[in-house]
Amino acid sequence: MISAPDVVAFTKEDEYEEEPYNEPALPEEYSVPLFPFASQGANPWSKLSGAKFSRDFILISEFSEQVGPQPLLTIPNDTKVFGTFDLNYFSLRIMSVDYQASFVGHPPGSAYPKLNFVEDSKVVLGDSKEGAFAYVHHLTLYDLEARGFVRPFCMAYISADQHKIMQQFQELSAEFSKASECLKTGNRKAFAGELEKKLKDLDYTRTVLHTETEIQKKANDKGFYSSQAIEKANELASVEKSIIEHQDLLKQIRSYPHRKVKGSDLSSGEIQHSQDQANQASATSNPDESADTDLYACRPAYIPKLIKAKSTKCFDKKLKTLEELCDTEFFTQTLAQLSHIEHMFRGDLCYLLTSQIDRALLKQQHITNFLFEDFVEVDDRVAEKQESVLSQPRQDKLLSRPLEECPIPKVLISVGSYKSSVESVLIKMEQELGDEEYKEVEVTEPSSFDPQENLDYLDMDMKGSISSGESIEVLGTEKSTCVLSKSDSQGSLTVPLSPQVVRSKAVSHRTISEDSIEVLSTCPSEALIPDDFKASYPSAINEEESYADNEGAIHFQASISPPELGEAGEGTLENTPSQIDSSCCIGKESDGQLVPLPTPAHTFSDEDGVVSIPPQRYRQKDEGFHVDFAVENTNPSSRDNSCETFPAYELDPSYLLASRDVSKTSLDNYSDTTSYVSSVASTSSDRTPSFAHPVGPSSERHKKRAGQNALKFIRQYPFAHPAIYSLLSGRTLVVLGEDETIVRKLVTALSIFVPNYGRYAKPVKHWVSSPLHIMDFQKWKLIGLQRVASPGSAGTLHALSRYSRYTSILDLDNKTLRCPLYRGTLVPRLADHRTQIKRGSTYYLHVQSMLTQLCSKAFLYTFCHHLHLPAHDKETEELVASRQVSFLRLNLGLVNEDVRVVQYLAELLKLHYMQESPGSSHPMLRFDYVPSFLYKI
Amino acid sequence: MLRWLIGGGREPQGLAEKSPLQTIGEEQTQNPYTELLVLKAHHDIVRFLVQLDDYRFASAGDDGIVVIWNAQTGEKLLELSGHTQKITAVITFPSLESCEEKNQLILTASADRTVIVWDSDTGRQVQRVSCFQSTVKCLTVLKRLDVWLSGGNDLCVWNRKLDLLCKTSHLSDTGISALVEIPKNYVIAAVGKELIIFRLVEPTEGSFEWDIIEVKRLLDHQDNILSLVNVNDQSFVTGSHVGELIIWDVLDWTIQAYERNFWDPSPQLDTQQEIKLCQKPNDISIHHFTCDEENVFAAVGRGLYVYNLQMKRVIACQKTAHDSNVLHIAKLPNRQLISCSEDGSVRIWELREKQQLTAEPVPTGFFNMWGFGRVNKQASQPIKKQQENATLCSLELIGDLIGHSSSVEMFLYFEDHGLVTCSADHLIILWKNGERESGLRSLKLFQKLEENGDLYLAFSL
Repeated sequence: MISAPDVVAFTKEDEYEEEPYNEPALPEEYSVPLFPFASQGANPWSKLSGAKFSRDFILISEFSEQVGPQPLLTIPNDTKVFGTFDLNYFSLRIMSVDYQASFVGHPPGSAYPKLNFVEDSKVVLGDSKEGAFAYVHHLTLYDLEARGFVRPFCMAYISADQHKIMQQFQELSAEFSKASECLKTGNRKAFAGELEKKLKDLDYTRTVLHTETEIQKKANDKGFYSSQAIEKANELASVEKSIIEHQDLLKQIRSYPHRKVKGSDLSSGEIQHSQDQANQASATSNPDESADTDLYACRPAYIPKLIKAKSTKCFDKKLKTLEELCDTEFFTQTLAQLSHIEHMFRGDLCYLLTSQIDRALLKQQHITNFLFEDFVEVDDRVAEKQESVLSQPRQDKLLSRPLEECPIPKVLISVGSYKSSVESVLIKMEQELGDEEYKEVEVTEPSSFDPQENLDYLDMDMKGSISSGESIEVLGTEKSTCVLSKSDSQGSLTVPLSPQVVRSKAVSHRTISEDSIEVLSTCPSEALIPDDFKASYPSAINEEESYADNEGAIHFQASISPPELGEAGEGTLENTPSQIDSSCCIGKESDGQLVPLPTPAHTFSDEDGVVSIPPQRYRQKDEGFHVDFAVENTNPSSRDNSCETFPAYELDPSYLLASRDVSKTSLDNYSDTTSYVSSVASTSSDRTPSFAHPVGPSSERHKKRAGQNALKFIRQYPFAHPAIYSLLSGRTLVVLGEDETIVRKLVTALSIFVPNYGRYAKPVKHWVSSPLHIMDFQKWKLIGLQRVASPGSAGTLHALSRYSRYTSILDLDNKTLRCPLYRGTLVPRLADHRTQIKRGSTYYLHVQSMLTQLCSKAFLYTFCHHLHLPAHDKETEELVASRQVSFLRLNLGLVNEDVRVVQYLAELLKLHYMQESPGSSHPMLRFDYVPSFLYKI
Repeated sequence: MLRWLIGGGREPQGLAEKSPLQTIGEEQTQNPYTELLVLKAHHDIVRFLVQLDDYRFASAGDDGIVVIWNAQTGEKLLELSGHTQKITAVITFPSLESCEEKNQLILTASADRTVIVWDSDTGRQVQRVSCFQSTVKCLTVLKRLDVWLSGGNDLCVWNRKLDLLCKTSHLSDTGISALVEIPKNYVIAAVGKELIIFRLVEPTEGSFEWDIIEVKRLLDHQDNILSLVNVNDQSFVTGSHVGELIIWDVLDWTIQAYERNFWDPSPQLDTQQEIKLCQKPNDISIHHFTCDEENVFAAVGRGLYVYNLQMKRVIACQKTAHDSNVLHIAKLPNRQLISCSEDGSVRIWELREKQQLTAEPVPTGFFNMWGFGRVNKQASQPIKKQQENATLCSLELIGDLIGHSSSVEMFLYFEDHGLVTCSADHLIILWKNGERESGLRSLKLFQKLEENGDLYLAFSL
């Protein structure tokens, strides 16, 4: 698949590069990328490319060793969703882009097979034929009965909108990682259990065999052994060996969390060497190829208690289902997480982006946002992200997006890059460039190392690509993404990546075939492409070299430039060099690693699939490669958005240290860092998997319905304004009625106007049938009260009239409202009965925006120093009070009762700000002694 | 009253119409209490509130527990439990400078015939006395002598360390209902209809014994004495179940003034009949007194009376200040009077001098009291009762506090923190001046901003 002739830019904005558009008039953070097909006059909501499925869904596939790629399940599990979409075909596609090198093998250095705890790989892939784009998350589960103990799986988020996948890559990646972590945790548990069982059986088998041999020994004391006896002895030996191996495996699987945490020294035997693995990596076309694997991979078949020494073929047995592989509990959790993901990313990209921006902005308003915002979701999110890094990515995104979209600087940069590339073409780059520009050295240096590496990848990928069809576009992997975004440190690998550059180059030798595979970017592929040419056309080497170099330089520019843009070369640069350093180290080390590598000529032979010695070296290089990837992975804040460079220098220094450590170790034992590295990577990327999802799935619907009902209320009742005013000013509104459903509905609708005390449930009581009490008014601001016809209800009504000064009473049965007069201008705007708004959700948003405005007023009022404190000692309270009033009237433009609303909100703000432990008590009941009036329709 | 709710009547303020009671409606511009905080800790009627210091108070009631609160925040500070039955009397025992224990003590007497001494700061039970023959109904502290007295069926004198210094013989089965200290080591106890004057004998060089000697019994009241209060250095006042108010001289225990006008029916016959029909006898019992330099304020039945000491007559009254008996009244510094009642409301009154000395008699007389007359409601005027056409002042209702759902037993006024009311509905409500609280919160807010450093951050942005 990597033989893709066309490399397309990874960044989403590449389409606009050629045709820059003007800066949008909207605030930058609200601007959403233009619809790519806008020029064709298409409706942005029309289906992009005739996708065969109605909406996004999640597909879980497996690469079965028996039948090859096969789809397992979809979420939602509804045939309507994916319609005629060919799941089998797509499974094949997504499974064939698995770059994770996951093997359990028998490294030559060590006696026993090693489990390799690989990082999941994350790839973005598109299929233009199917009109489907997918975020693909590969993971490997362990299965004792599977070949190499591994079962490759993948989860894919499939959408018709490429941009959605690209822009939400980071979020998708985070969410899917959680799901994957859940699966893997369950799998480890199950695997360990399986191993234990197996060990017991082996033990039993051993004793049986042992006794048998003893008997045989006794039987013939002639001094020589019968062939049968020898066979038995061999069998026994193999069982013994098997026991040891399994014990070792068990130890490994059990030590997993430990290793993850410590990420410390692991034995040198952890690289994958066996040819079988090589084959697997290259898409496992021929499973039975290598003989020795059978020894380890295909264990003797499992027969309870007594185990045959000879293996049965894998095809004979039924493979475990995913649910069996993981614990059922974990499996269901994963499914829950996946459906959570499906909910999360449902809808149009614009919508997702806006809501993300929304949330980011909300988070900034941490002082006022508790008042009216729905906090269920946000809290959820907050919990998911690590607290400290929490707000950065979003902000970064906000900052970086406009940057990306601003075409001019890019142009400038590419000019610069051309220059530098020209300079560096002919000469051996490292030194010269180093003189010129510090950073370039960093890049070029590694780039000189790249080619060889890429060669190896090339081989592998060539093999793999045979199976893949025409239309695959590998858009990107996470690794590549972060490479791009983080620029410097991984510059080495990404050098040839930058697809835009490649594209724009006239030098490019490739024929761009229209419908063929576009590898937008995967890290290995990117790295490979230039070299693949080098390798296959040695005659073209010169050109290619310059090409590659140019590419390198240019790419470097491209990747470096964003931070320069963003920060105008301020503090950022200080950090970037250090990062570069670390990457540089790695580069060097891997160089060292590469020294003994065979020449390109050698590799050609390998290409043919003649698997002999060289593959080991490929593995080695692979390792080197992996090191770098892992380093990237160590940075948890690596994001997909290409311009998100900020995390790189906002990194915790420890990450840098970590990467240094990695490089050191790779120096020490360069050949076997992989698993170590991967474990490091997993450490860093390990987010405590929070499986519990306080999902508020209906919240959207809830909002919509509430908005709709509120709208209805406003249209139906002419006295909606005073009622809403009551809610906003903190006067409890009692909705009195006989019919519970009607009352509940209205209470829900009106609750959108009720300010919160804190980040807890709104002070709304939907339905009460007992007489109200003073405590209720302190606690609740909106109450649905049952009117009972029986005389017993007299108490209820009596209490209501007694406490009438604290309440406004909306009588649904008689259509009356008793509440204070309202003559302000705020509520009419908020709740205009002639509003053109038709949809509930729209109205909800309208209310939200109005209330946000109101909040900002309250914020201003609360936090204006001079309004509340006397300017000097002699100033009387009256003066301060009059200043407050004039501020509210003149500066905030509040009329009459609107003042009360802002004052009430201000009190809530004050209380909330001062509360150390919010929610400990209900705030006091504030009220005014104002006359009430009775409104009738 | 509920017409607008039930029948959808047109007048929102229909409440005011039928009640003989003066109402103020919902617009109370002079009522400063616009914030309330409900404090819940008790499980039974809360009967007593005692101020401990500037910001703390203790509450006690029928559930036998004492709770100490922060009056500013409404925070529950301590809960003292030790009594097994309802608490009958609470008093604070201020610490002496000389004493090594600085902590303020709280004495509580209970129906379980014990008195417990608490440390108000730690909540520790300092000591417990359980040798009483009867329930102690009243406690009083003679600070000057550093002793305290307990009154039940007999009168006992204790020192700080809870040693019984001396006691009287059995006085009566009903027990002492009120106890007041007057100068020269005399103590007056109200026992039934009688006032008994005791003299407390301090230990001198001659004798080391404390002693308490009955000096005199005053038998002028015709019914049980319900209230007994010191007015000033010269006099004290007693009130009885049948509405007799007697002002006594503290030195020679003679009657300075006698007032039973509350009880006297009006000369008009029909009114008198009316009284007989609907007026319960306890309607004129005097439950509580409060005094300032000039006046004695009496809670008489459902009404409030202001008795001027100089003029020796009632200068203002409000015959139906509440729907039912007034249980507690207090005079605020700003000429305001607060009363609470069994009807669950607290009302704030202002004593206003009448501008014009009315020459013409007010004919309505007692009509209004019983609901016959139409009171002029538009101006929300109080019902003016003019005693002998010469009532000089009037009590104007300036606000009412409605929160409790049952009888308000007592209240406590804090200068800085507002009003605390306790009630038979197990609740305590803290009423606060909303505007002032708002200002205080702003102050605190900016203090906290400064502490957090947010202030400067905000400015720099």
